[in-house]
Amino acid sequence: MHLSDFQLFVLITIIKIAVVLVITLTAVAYTVLLERKVIGRIQNRWGPSRVGPFGLLQPLADGIKLFLKEDLMPMSVERPLFVAAPVIALACALVSVAVVPFGATFKIQGVDIFQVSNVNIGLLVILGITSIGVYGIALSGWSSNNKYSLMGSLRASSQVISYELALGLSLVGVVLRAGSLNLRDIVNSQIGHGFLSWNFFGGLQFVGFFIYLMAAYAETNRAPFDLPEAESELVAGYHTEYSSMKFAMFFMAEYANMLTVSCVATLLFFGGASSPFEGWLPAFGPAWLQAILPIFWFVAKVFAFLFLYIWVRATLPRFRYDQLMSFGWKFLLPLAMANILATSLIMALRS
Amino acid sequence: MNELVDTIMHLALFLIFGGLAVLAALNLLLQRHPINSALSLVVVMMSLAVLYWSLGAEFLAAAQIIVYSGAVMVLFVFVIMLLNAGEEERTKGSKIASIAGFPGAAAIFCLLSFVFLSEGHKLGLSHLGGSLDEATSNISQISSLLFTDLLLPFEVTSILILVAILGAVVLAKKER
Amino acid sequence: MVPISYYLVLAAILFSLGIAAYLVKRNVITIFISIELMLNAVNLTFIAFAHQWNKLNGQIFVFFVMVVAAAEAAVGLAIIIALFRSRQTLNVDQVNLLKG
Repeated sequence: MHLSDFQLFVLITIIKIAVVLVITLTAVAYTVLLERKVIGRIQNRWGPSRVGPFGLLQPLADGIKLFLKEDLMPMSVERPLFVAAPVIALACALVSVAVVPFGATFKIQGVDIFQVSNVNIGLLVILGITSIGVYGIALSGWSSNNKYSLMGSLRASSQVISYELALGLSLVGVVLRAGSLNLRDIVNSQIGHGFLSWNFFGGLQFVGFFIYLMAAYAETNRAPFDLPEAESELVAGYHTEYSSMKFAMFFMAEYANMLTVSCVATLLFFGGASSPFEGWLPAFGPAWLQAILPIFWFVAKVFAFLFLYIWVRATLPRFRYDQLMSFGWKFLLPLAMANILATSLIMALRS
Repeated sequence: MNELVDTIMHLALFLIFGGLAVLAALNLLLQRHPINSALSLVVVMMSLAVLYWSLGAEFLAAAQIIVYSGAVMVLFVFVIMLLNAGEEERTKGSKIASIAGFPGAAAIFCLLSFVFLSEGHKLGLSHLGGSLDEATSNISQISSLLFTDLLLPFEVTSILILVAILGAVVLAKKER
Repeated sequence: MVPISYYLVLAAILFSLGIAAYLVKRNVITIFISIELMLNAVNLTFIAFAHQWNKLNGQIFVFFVMVVAAAEAAVGLAIIIALFRSRQTLNVDQVNLLKG
């Protein structure tokens, strides 16, 4: 059977989507294990070590446990929204991986296989999908008909909306340097002189990166900004009433968001899939190795970010709510604006 | 991709997302609870964003999602949650309004669609934006137009936003 | 290829539904939501025409509409909150004190 170009394109795209989805979900599961292991070590204990060698099958056991639990539906919930909320949260968390280029450009049959879709406004797509994700949290709290859930979701949504501004503005410096919103172009603007041409070092975007990092912790509701699920005040926050797979979907959404945020940080500030010795060391090895090696660098950088996330969670105490808001509005936002001004000034003087 | 695939894709996008927008707008009209209406409007906005994209306005599609459904509508949902607005009850006013409202809206719809369809052949056909690939982007054109010819309106809107922020803070502040 | 008039008819449908919701609904927030629906319908016509004449001015107009709508939503919702504080209701039929 001979396939036309269009059919081949559709087939390769579907395979790509399936593979990326499976890898993302596996990575999400193992991020949970990584977090438990690393936090265990930081707190001077072992972490999960019973299921499989070094506890490596623990995510599988957790998944089976969550599947087999009873799926409770509390009495007076808004049923359609209660069911829709975790789906919205997880879907929004997973969709944004679609525009992430996780390898060098490598075409098979005219289709770029290391990126699901190369969109010309990829960065805006990621920001847009992140902003849609708020609905999952807001609706879950409102539909649960529980005051702790409502408080948690009000906190979460106001926090996410507030920090979205600082997050968006912190990326403007990078966009100015790249002159494009296409993620592939942004990555390509950072190659040439190894790690010195990354936006973090060569682009002098470390202020932007700092703002991005802070805003990203708040966006994903992670420590030290995890007020929406502050268990000493709010039981478990917006997912108090959820159980079984619905809870698991929120849980996966949180870790998938972490993964997305780490991918974006890698792409925008640390040269994406390019090697830190790019342009200094000559390319070596056969063609397949040159296709695989960028993926290795990308994964290593994302892993480093996840580790930083976990490290921060294990180290820093939780902020108070008014501290959170004043930090976002009175410190990060003016700093982001100053960063934009400084970056554009330097670029104007250089040109 | 050839002409035929382009036409089919464009028509499919229009039918799917246009239909979704109409259904969601109908849902907005029929639902009694404000939060359901607000969420229906979010669906309308996201389907319209896809249509914008197919019409070659990819920046506005992103702005629609980020500004409208990501910020403005979240604010609506937030206020509905905050005020704990319940289902609206039927009053005498609502009966009068529906007696006058539905025929009026239907009349406006008939008038508008009559004009559009009778003049339709003069308006011509739309081509798929060509913006779904990575090559083209009209963001730089938009921004250069915005920062040269339309600089004054752009700056005036920033003042408008500043005034709106101050107004919102003053209005929503608790009186002491 | 889709005729531009289809997009305009779609916008007309959305606009009329917005008008109907605006007239029929009694909740202030829902009335406000239907205004947003009408604005969106008008934006669609702007973008369709901008696409047809291959000019960006229509898109920029939509950009300004979005900015103004965001400002309007902030002020409008603040008014709604202030209204709810003084009247404890969101029903427009019960907010008629100026009528005397």
